[in-house]
Formats: sequence, C-alpha cells, structure tokens
Amino acid sequence: MQYFVQQLINGLTLGSIYGLIAIGYTMVYGIIGMINFAHGDIFMIGAFTALIVFLILGAVFYSVPVVIALLVMMIVAMLLTSLYNWTIEKVAYRPLRGSFRLAPLITAIGMSIALSNFVQVTQGPRNKPIPPMVSQVYNIGGISVSLKQIIIVIVTVSLLAIFWYVVNRTSLGRAQRACEQDRKMAALLGIDVDRTISITFIMGAALAAVAGTLFLMYYGVVVFSDGFVPGVKAFTAAVLGGIGSIPGAVVGGLMIGFIESMWSAYFSIDYKDVAAFSILAIVLIFLPSGILGRPEVEKV
Amino acid sequence: MAEAVSTERVAANTNYATAIREALFAGAISFGLFVLLVGLKTDQNIRNELILVQRWGVLAILVLLTMAGRFAYVAYLQPTLAARAAARAKAPAVAVEPSALRKNWTKLAVLGLFLYPVVIVALVGLQGSLKWVDNFGIQILIYVMLAWGLNIVVGLAGLLDLGYVAFYAVGAYSYALLASEFGWSFWILLPAAGMMAAFWGVILGFPVLRLRGDYLAIVTLAFGEIIRLVIINWREVTNGSAGISGIPKVTFFGIFNFDVSSPHYIGKVLGIATSGAYYKIFLYYLILLLAMLTAFVTIRLRRMPVGRAWEALREDEIACRSLGINTTTTKLTAFATGAMFGGFAGSFFAARQGFVSPESFVFLESAIILAIVVLGGMGSLAGIAVAAVVMIGGTEILREMQFLKAVFGDGFTPELYRMLLFGLAMVIVMVWKPRGFVGSREPTAFLHERKAVSASFTKEGHG
Amino acid sequence: MEYTVPMPDPILKVEHLSMKFGGLVAIGDLSFEARRGDITALIGPNGAGKTTVFNCITGFYKPTEGMITMARRDGSAYLLERLPGHEITARARVARTFQNIRLFSGMTLLENLLVAQHNKLMKASGYTILGLVGIGGYRRASAEAIDLAKFWLEKADLIDRADDPAGDLPYGAQRRLEIARAMCTGPELLCLDEPAAGLNPRESHALNALLNDIKDHTGTSILLIEHDMSVVMEISDHVVVLEYGRKISDGDPTSVKSDPKVIAAYLGVEDEEIVEVLTEVGDDRVIEELDAEPDRDHGPPDSASMLAGPVTDTIAHSDDEERVSVMRGASKAERIEEREARDRAAGISGQPDDKRGGGE
Repeated sequence: MQYFVQQLINGLTLGSIYGLIAIGYTMVYGIIGMINFAHGDIFMIGAFTALIVFLILGAVFYSVPVVIALLVMMIVAMLLTSLYNWTIEKVAYRPLRGSFRLAPLITAIGMSIALSNFVQVTQGPRNKPIPPMVSQVYNIGGISVSLKQIIIVIVTVSLLAIFWYVVNRTSLGRAQRACEQDRKMAALLGIDVDRTISITFIMGAALAAVAGTLFLMYYGVVVFSDGFVPGVKAFTAAVLGGIGSIPGAVVGGLMIGFIESMWSAYFSIDYKDVAAFSILAIVLIFLPSGILGRPEVEKV
Repeated sequence: MAEAVSTERVAANTNYATAIREALFAGAISFGLFVLLVGLKTDQNIRNELILVQRWGVLAILVLLTMAGRFAYVAYLQPTLAARAAARAKAPAVAVEPSALRKNWTKLAVLGLFLYPVVIVALVGLQGSLKWVDNFGIQILIYVMLAWGLNIVVGLAGLLDLGYVAFYAVGAYSYALLASEFGWSFWILLPAAGMMAAFWGVILGFPVLRLRGDYLAIVTLAFGEIIRLVIINWREVTNGSAGISGIPKVTFFGIFNFDVSSPHYIGKVLGIATSGAYYKIFLYYLILLLAMLTAFVTIRLRRMPVGRAWEALREDEIACRSLGINTTTTKLTAFATGAMFGGFAGSFFAARQGFVSPESFVFLESAIILAIVVLGGMGSLAGIAVAAVVMIGGTEILREMQFLKAVFGDGFTPELYRMLLFGLAMVIVMVWKPRGFVGSREPTAFLHERKAVSASFTKEGHG
Repeated sequence: MEYTVPMPDPILKVEHLSMKFGGLVAIGDLSFEARRGDITALIGPNGAGKTTVFNCITGFYKPTEGMITMARRDGSAYLLERLPGHEITARARVARTFQNIRLFSGMTLLENLLVAQHNKLMKASGYTILGLVGIGGYRRASAEAIDLAKFWLEKADLIDRADDPAGDLPYGAQRRLEIARAMCTGPELLCLDEPAAGLNPRESHALNALLNDIKDHTGTSILLIEHDMSVVMEISDHVVVLEYGRKISDGDPTSVKSDPKVIAAYLGVEDEEIVEVLTEVGDDRVIEELDAEPDRDHGPPDSASMLAGPVTDTIAHSDDEERVSVMRGASKAERIEEREARDRAAGISGQPDDKRGGGE
C-alpha cells in the first residue's frame, strides 16, 4: 500500500509536468487546429534557458535563496520561451494559416528539428547536469515525499488556477474561446484574431517554460534532445484527454504520469513508454475523441 | 513628370524608413532569442561542473545578420516580389505548348538515373565513384522509394501516417533476422519482408481506421514508437540498442556475389580487379529498380478501381460510402500497400548497411519521409522525387563542404549544421510553396484530353 | 391523379421508423411506402426530419426502431437498417445524393463517375491483383465503365466538361453530376436530398428533365426531399408530408396540396394566416368564424399571442416516450387538427367536411 501511494505521488509529479506541456498543445490545437510539433522543443528551450539563468545566478551571486532562484529562472524562461513561440508562430505558421492543413504540420516538424539542432549547435550535444537545488525529503508514514515534488505540484496547481481564471473569466479568454469556435465570425465581431492567436502561443510557451524549469529542478539534467520524448508524451496526454479541451490536457497528463510510474513500479521499466502509447491507442479505439473531448459529429 | 518622380522618391524613402524600422525590430527580437542560448555557452570544466563561456561576438554577428536580412527583404525583395506578382496578375494566361524536353521529361529522367553510375565511374574512376553512388545515389533513392510508398497512404488515400518508419523497421529486421539466422537469400526475403510489413500495416490499420485526422496521426506515431521501443527492449531477439551486424550481402541471383573471400566473388567470376564499388553500383541498380517498381505499381493502381477509391476517400469519405465503397477495406489496402513498399525499402536498407539498429528508425525518419511527400506535392511522383533530391541531396552536400573550414576556421564542422539547415529548409520551402513542388493532380482517365487538376480543387483528406 | 393502373408492390417500405438522438426524437413512428417506378416526394418544413429519414434509409444512421424494407426487382428483399452502410448501395441498390453536394471535387467528372462503378470494376479487375498484372477482363470492363459514364454525362448535359475537375462546375451542374454519379452505381431506388435547392429556374428545369428521363427510361424509382413546391408538384407521383418527425399527410400531389394541415405546416404560417389559408382552401366554418368572437367557453383562448409558441424548445426531450411531443402551438398541423376537433365539439358547423383535403 505504501509502495502504491509512493508511486501515486511519483505519478502525480510526472503527470503535472506533462499536463503543463500538454496545455500548450491543446490550446494551439483548439484555436488553429494544428499540431504544434515544435512545442516539445519549446519546452526544452525553456529548460535550457532556466539552466543558463541558474548558472548566471551561481556565477554572479555567491548564494541565492532557492525560492528566489527558482522564481527568477521561471520568469526569465517564461519570457524568452514565449518570445521563441511568438516568433515561430509569426514566421512559420501564420503565412500558412488557412491554406493546406498539412503545410503547418510540416513547418512545425521542421521547426522542431531546427530548434533541437540549434541548441545542439550552440550548447553542445552533451548532458548538462546541475547540482541538486532542493534536496529535502520528508517522510510521512513511511512514504517519502521530496520537497521537489511538493514544489512541482504547488506550482502546477497555482498555475492551473490562474490559467483557468484567464480562460474562463477574462475578455482575453473569451476572445480565445470565440476564435476557437469560429475564427471568421470572431474577426467580424471585432476580435483581433492574430493577436489572440499570438497570445495563445505565448501562454502555451510560458507554461512549457515553467514545466522546463521544474523538469530541470526535478531531474537536475537537461540535454538538447529532451524536447522529443516529453513532447510526444505530453501530446499523447493532450490527445488522451481530448485534444482542444484544457481540463482534458491536465487529466491526460496525470493519466500518462500514473501509467508510467505504476508500470515501472509493478511491471518493467523498459516497457513503460510502450504501455503509455498502448493505452493511448486503446482509449482512442473506444473513445475516438479522447476522454473529455467533444465527439466529432459526422454531418451528412 | 517631375511630380511622378517626387512621389516615387517619397515612396522609396518611406520604404527605407519602414525597412529600417523593421530591421531594428527584427534585431531586437533576435537579440532576445539568442542572448542566452548563443551569447552564453554551457561547458564543463575539469571538475565536471558546468560553467558559462561568453560568446558575445557571435551573438552580435547573428543579430546584425538578422537585421541586414530583414532590411534587405523589406527594402528590396518585397517590392520586387510584389511587382512581379502584379505583373503576373496583369499578363494574360498564355497556353504554352510543352516543349519536347518537358513532354519526355520522365523518360529522360529515368534514362539519366540508369546512366548515372556509368557517368560517375567515367568521371571520377571506380574508387572515386563510391561516395557519389552510395551517399547520393542510393541514399536519395531509398528516400524516394519510402516517400513514394508513404505517398500511397498520405498523398492518395489522405490518411496522415506519422509512424511510417515502423514498416521500414519491420522490413529491415525481417531481413536482418531471417538472413543471419537461416541464411535465406535476399530474393526470397525481399517479398517476405514486404508481406510482413503489409501484415503489420493491416494490424495497425484495423483498430485505428475509425479515428480521424490528428487522432489517427498520434496513434500512428505511437505505433512507430512502440515498434522501436520493442526492438530496443526485446534484447533476446533483436539484440537491443546494439543492433544486428553481419547481415549477409545481396548476391546477384546466386550467380556471383560481392564477398571478396568467396569463390564466386564478382571479380573472380568476371576476371576484374577487386573493388568495393561493384557492390555499391549493384545496390544502386537494385534500389533504382525497386523504386521504379513502386512508381509503376502506384501509377497502375491509380488507374484501377482501388486507386481511384483511395483518391475518392481523400476527397470525401461520406460520398464514398454512399457509392457502395467499403471504406474500411479501402483504407486497409492503402495502409498495407504503403507498408509493403516500406518493408521492401527496409530489407534493402538492411542488406546495404549490413547492420541495423533501432537508431535508424526514430520518429525523425518518419518526419523526413512525410516532409518529402508534402514538399513534393501530395500524390505527385515527380514532385516527390524532386523533393527527395533537394532535401536529402542538399543535406548530403553539406558533408562535402569542407572548404567552409577555411572560412570559419578549423573547428567548424559542416555536418553539425546539417539537420539545423534541414529543419529550416522544410519551413522555408513550405512557406514558399504550401502545396509542394507539384501541386496539380494528373487525372487517371480522360475522354477528350488530359488536363491537370489544379491544386485548389483537390483535398487533403481528413485522416 | 388517380391510380387506376394496378400498382406493383412497393419498392421501399418504411414501417414504424423512429430515430432518437439522446432524448431528442427526430422521427417518431413513421410509416410510408414508395412505389416502384414512381417519384415519391418527402416534403415538410425545416427540421421535420426528412434528411434523418434519408440517413436511416441509406445507412448513415442506424434507426432506433422500425423496419426499412427494400424490395429489388429480382424479388430479393433487404432490411436496410441491418445492412452496413456501403452494402446498401452495393447490394440493395439504393443510391443517394446529398443536401450539401458531396462530389470528389479534385477529380474530373469522368473520374467521379468511374468511382461510382467501383464494385463492378473491382470484380472485373480480380480485386486489383489480376488487373495489376494485366490478366482478365479489366480492360474491357474499364471501357464499358467509361461508356456508361459517357452515357450519363450526356444525359446530364455535362459531356463537354468531362475532363474538368468537378469542383470547377457551376452549382446546378454539380447537382446534375451528383445525380449522374449516383445513377452510375446502377440503383433501383435513387434518393435525392433537395436536388433543386439553390438552382435557378433554368437549372431547375434541366433537373426536372433529367429526373423524368431517369424515371421513364431506366425504371429507377426516385425518392426525393424537396422544398421547392413547383418541382414537387410537377414531377412527383406521390407525396409524403412530414412535420416534426411525424407523417401528417400522404397521397398524390393534388390531394396533399389542398390538405390544410399540409399548407399550415409546410408554409409555417402564423396563427392568423392559418385562418387565411383555410379561407383560401374554402373552409366554410372558418369563413363563418372570421367574423365571430373567439369562443371562450370551448377550448383554450385562441389569441395569436398565446398560440405563437416559442421558437426554441419545440421538440420535447422524451426518454420513455416514443411519440414526438411538440410544444403547444409549434406544430401548425396539430393546431388545425385541434381547431377542427374543437369546432366539431362546439357544433359550429353541422355540415360534412366535404371540402377538406383528402390527406386524412
């Protein structure tokens, strides 16, 4: 039982990170109907930015309180990562909006390849380890919970709350939802569609940057190719939850996190990704629009 | 007259003003993008700790280049392009009689491909031809064949498949395992590998055909990853990440082979000097024939009911059902046929390398193949071949650009930039030609005259 | 129009058809027949469930309840609700067109018609395998298929544009092409979903000619949904009227035309206009009533404001009931029925209902 709860906590931590990345996929999909394949690499850029900020802080100030260090890392990572996503949208996706559906998918894949190789070229191909930032571990009734895990869950929950407020209670969120429903009509009603889409990309990137910072803090290492696997997992999470649905992305992220930690704990760690992908396939066969997705109506 | 000149000058001035403003803006953006990731480099010191190395010079160069590029684009390129577009809009559409060269383009291209090794050998000798036949010829043709195979699924049937490399892997491992385990010949295993891949295509296709659009895309992607992960982890059979080596070479139908130590070595049989180039040239013709087979079958199938049903499926699945077409079997045949060619290409790949490992079957390969299909113009064999030459040939050429070392210093390795430029090229080509190189569609039957169908009418499918 | 000739068996029999979407009852207990060789029209106001009936017949929806029997010329009968979608066309020989035209717009007209002959050609090509290597009669079958396509292109007056992409055609031509494509499947029953929608009078005329040609020369029966009354009256032999998923009238065009329920329902008239309509039809009682005060002792108050029910929520969500329950005042036909019942009860007029339509 203790072991199970332990795995549940590990799954929750992992799932939080996936969920944060998955929101970026699902929002972009919701608003312009494309798979932003570069999003995983945006996450990686976020992690790298956080890494460099961490090193700057270490080099300039001798010692910085962990909370402040994390906060500064997160904020700088959010700013720069958002700038990346904003630029990518403007350069690679906007010219193709409204044309052929596969064209932006290909530019997104191209951007994904370019971003990871850009980081490989500029930062080198090796693993980048950092000394552990927080190492406290609490023991509650035989279950060890690390401070890192607590930070991850708290940051995720508070970000989701802010995010939920923005999407559901502000005029920006209303504009986003309107664009999601009918972009042309939204434009006719005076919504600046371009700006709304840009902001959506910025929001997605900001969440991915936070996920990147948390990832760096949790694992203490990052490498240029780290965008792919978490990216694909998060995308899987978004689809599992029902792509286009923000609560779905969180639910999907948590599910993937739980599946992975449980599978590694009880079966074989080698096949944890196989399990995650197989469960995706099985869920989609029975629920073709994911868990919380709106069913696609076949209009005849 | 004077007035006209002055307005022109004013226009030019405002143009420059805009260009400067745009350039400054672009510079600021690129500074933001590159300040940390280019300006600072994380490096490990002797104690294995990460330290930062400052590279402000490189950052400055990049920012200045971005500004100059943006300025040139806004000030010169954009007006020129606009003027050209306006001129084209004004000019009446002239029906140009296709020249003899254009009419026989396909035949000439095929002839050129058959003569290619001969020309190369004549130009640079037997030993010098190795690189050109192998890196350019065979490498490009493998991608051409894979892209033609995927084209059946994506270009014709309109089903988005992001896991095509799985079938390539199935073909490669089928050959690698059966040939090294039982010593069966390539000529038996080639169709077997194709069948195997087609079987897996059906296995994958069956449960996912209900899914549409991006759901299908992610499940195919997941399938590709599952196959790769199983190959990595099923160590008893596949030898895991270490891969399988010592895969037997292809023989010339058993008449002679390319194994120097064998009594039937081609050099001994034909009485010529020993050279590794024979095998490469033989492989070149082999993959050329396999690719030609793919093209031939695709062309034939398009004129058959099943091929028309694929295209109809891409255009409108509901209408297909209303015409009595069994959409499930139609989709399955598309999956299976595409997978079969992937399997052929895979077994060829294994025979050529003599070594297979999961490294060769990552998602990036699927993405590259899909990119070639889309960049070429979905459905168009010629366009796809051109896209493969441009994208694969282009990145291969980067390997050859050692002279760049003279420009950027000895530490510069052009290979490193290969995939970075590949990714950027994908973006640029797609933005430039969203419908691919050949956007129009060739009809499969005609009454009076064959007219190409403009890209604006064809659809891309929902799946 | 009277049916004096002995009628052959019905080609299509719809019995107790119900279709529910969640709690929404789109069709409730609908039964009708389409006779062989006839043009049967299915009419009714927007939202009456006509297209839903079509989708049930052609297998796009599986009906909640009911039986749809297709009797082929060779004597075989098919229960359409049990066949997989594509077999309805392939085996039961029912073809259809769509309200929002569904052509293969990137394929040429000729290719569109060749796709329609898929099953026949598949067999001829030995399920691709023989055809691929060039054995068997595929070449001949292919030539025959092109001839059939040519035949229908000529009928639809599209032969000149055979090699153009279907998406390039003007609207009216696209409609005709869709019909020609459906005919290439060799159907015995052709279901047309609003074939005249959006056509100008000239195109509409060409369409009527094509439909009459099909009826007269191929023996294909036609079932069509139509809004355009002139088309319905001109070409159909038999009319079934739906309102809110319920049949309110069934008969030949002239009798249906004068059925007050149909007029009220079909035209979707306002409360006061019902009176006008009845006046036009010549209902004496109504004419009498026109001058009279509403009779407050019998039935609910009859004022326009009370009866003009809300536009939304017109169809009740029922889970246990199969019947369509309609918000009071939404169904115009029901109101005519009510009025008649009330009138009869009040005994305003003792005269027989000799002038009412024959739709009951």
